[in-house]
Amino acid sequence: MTKTLTAIAVLALTTGAAAAQERISIVGSSTVFPFSTTVAEHFGKATEFATPVVESTGSGGGLRLFCAGVGADTPDITNASRRIKASEVAGCAENGVTDITEVKIGYDGIVLANSVEAAQFDLSLRDIFLALAANVPDGNGGTMPNPYTTWAEVNPALPATKIEVMGPPPTSGTRDAFAELAMEGGCKTFDWISELKGEDKSAYKELCHTLREDGAYVEAGENDNLIVQKLAANPDALGIFGYSFLEQNADLVQGSIVNGVAPEFEAIAAGDYPVSRSLYVYVKNAHVGEVPGIAEFVAEFTNEETWGEFGYLAEKGLIPMGEAEMAQFAEDAANLTPLLLD
Amino acid sequence: MTDLFTTASGHLRARHRAEWRFRWLGRLAIVFSLGFLLIMLFSITSLGKGALSRAEIQLSIDLSAASSLEDVNFQKAVRSALFATFPEVTDRSDKRALLKLLSSDSGYELARMVEENPALLGQETTLWFTASDDIDMYEKGAIDANLPENRRRLKDTTLGWVRTLESRNALRSVFNTAFFTSGDSREPELAGIFSALVGSILSLIVCFALSFPLGIMAALSLEEFSKKSRWSDFIEVNINNLAAVPSIVFGLLGMAIILNVFGLPRSSPLVGGMVLALMTLPTIIIASRAALRSVPPSIREAALGMGATRVQTTFHHVLPLAMPGMLTGAIVGMARALGETAPLIMIGMVAFIVDVPQGFTDAATSLPVQIFLWADSPERAFLEKTSAAILVLLGLLIVMNIAAVVLRKKFERRY
Repeated sequence: MTKTLTAIAVLALTTGAAAAQERISIVGSSTVFPFSTTVAEHFGKATEFATPVVESTGSGGGLRLFCAGVGADTPDITNASRRIKASEVAGCAENGVTDITEVKIGYDGIVLANSVEAAQFDLSLRDIFLALAANVPDGNGGTMPNPYTTWAEVNPALPATKIEVMGPPPTSGTRDAFAELAMEGGCKTFDWISELKGEDKSAYKELCHTLREDGAYVEAGENDNLIVQKLAANPDALGIFGYSFLEQNADLVQGSIVNGVAPEFEAIAAGDYPVSRSLYVYVKNAHVGEVPGIAEFVAEFTNEETWGEFGYLAEKGLIPMGEAEMAQFAEDAANLTPLLLD
Repeated sequence: MTDLFTTASGHLRARHRAEWRFRWLGRLAIVFSLGFLLIMLFSITSLGKGALSRAEIQLSIDLSAASSLEDVNFQKAVRSALFATFPEVTDRSDKRALLKLLSSDSGYELARMVEENPALLGQETTLWFTASDDIDMYEKGAIDANLPENRRRLKDTTLGWVRTLESRNALRSVFNTAFFTSGDSREPELAGIFSALVGSILSLIVCFALSFPLGIMAALSLEEFSKKSRWSDFIEVNINNLAAVPSIVFGLLGMAIILNVFGLPRSSPLVGGMVLALMTLPTIIIASRAALRSVPPSIREAALGMGATRVQTTFHHVLPLAMPGMLTGAIVGMARALGETAPLIMIGMVAFIVDVPQGFTDAATSLPVQIFLWADSPERAFLEKTSAAILVLLGLLIVMNIAAVVLRKKFERRY
């Protein structure tokens, strides 16, 4: 029995190896995952190349794998929901990954939403910061642990409901972007904190980026569908997630107005909505030509029919860039212009 | 005397009552767990049954000008057929909305139909095409037409078209075979479970081929051949500990050794199976040792007494008697491996895979990973796919557990 099993295994292995194809390997952000998988699927159907394998590893994890070196066992492309850091570029270069093409693919809005059963929130970034920061200004130039329990205490114009916000855990890129755009955006509206940035950058970051841990901010896991379900069941709560989930669940949840702008497609595309971030795809130039189809895949991604205003990615919730920016990145992608961080 | 009798009977009544209470508590516990199981199954089935059907739209396709496959732009043929169905739609953005009635795959769908049946070329025929997920959701009642327009996925104009199609009997619901025959897709109406199922089965084959022989050999050597010493105690403690190690640790080990040192292909069922084998090995060893221990010593003594060697005794007499127990242990271990996702994250099997894996080194994913990925997708229609995939996974587990019972019953010998 053992003998036959081993024989089968060996046989299957050899035939399997013969059938294995060279295919593009993509890793990276779970936010970009729905978009890059859609492109991969279209690419697989429309061309002779095998459908790329797309892994959801998170932006940081993806860049780590991407930067591990050059060769068949490293990914060809990585997705990121934030820009690559200078330290990561340096790490990449150390492992021989020197030429990287950066393709910005569009924007993603981060929304604060609540159930359609409740009234729509009209928040400012300062309200968001005061409601969710671990420490807030005490009015005398110092800070105090966040004392606010209801929205009305933060801003009398808001309803007197308990502050209860469900959002992603610290491992999530959405959480990073929320801290950077919404929390920091509200934080620096205080003049003295804004000045602190020049003096003590780490204290500034600590104050602006740290979310409270006394139960007002609930870490609801990486699954945005779960947050939507919880919001539908609890009309008093707010949730933080990506725009595509708002678009798909407009019958259950509504996005809050932030700084006077509602999270709508046009507003995010025009850059008016304050909590939106750029999404990126990074291509390893050394693999172009080695792994078949990379150039064609990038061409598919940067096609008007794909990432344009009426492209199929817009339908999946990606907010397209403006014409000029799009043309610029499409050209850089086609020429594989290596990334230069300034 | 009478006093003693009354106290004794009083005690007896109390003891009977305690007995009765205990029995009913036990029954209550069973009712509770069965109740929860039923609630879970009911909610999953009621959510998942939607995935078994899908909406289709009938279109009149004109291929009369075409004589060979190369002549036809299939995408365009479907588009113009749809526009011809609604000649009153002329506005560009309305036409765009009209195209969203159909799945984005419809061009390829037509191409497949023509490939299968070349007689379609050169004539005008009515054919059925997969509708988009929004239409499908509306047909299944998941979109409420009474909500205000800005809160639902289907706008008034689209709803008007759907009603027109309904009145012309050009909209129907069919059994969704694609769910069982195709791979993953980002379009819910096209997504299927097949590539994940094949990935799971391939991983399990590798897992079984590695862990079963190894597990049995280890158990035999520990139980039948090695003398009890401090050394064997140490090994035993380690194996028992290994069985309790969180599965993600095996994934890390797999990444560090199987991927980085041996350089085997990432995302492949070969590597997945090897990692799962590491995970199931302790379970199999423990179960196999228990099975060996349950073989009565008289059998060994009789064989040895007849002049058989240790190896002959073991392989001719002990092993066949212990086999049913070993198989059961192996299948239970494999069933656990089937439901694992954590170790697979590290070795790249948590991935979007469209193509059905062709071999052990091809990129693949597995059933629980597919469930996880679908549960995380924004599209509402993936909800029913998720539940249906859970049902498929449960079905596979039930089949494996039944196999364990049948094997045990078939080979079990009583003495």
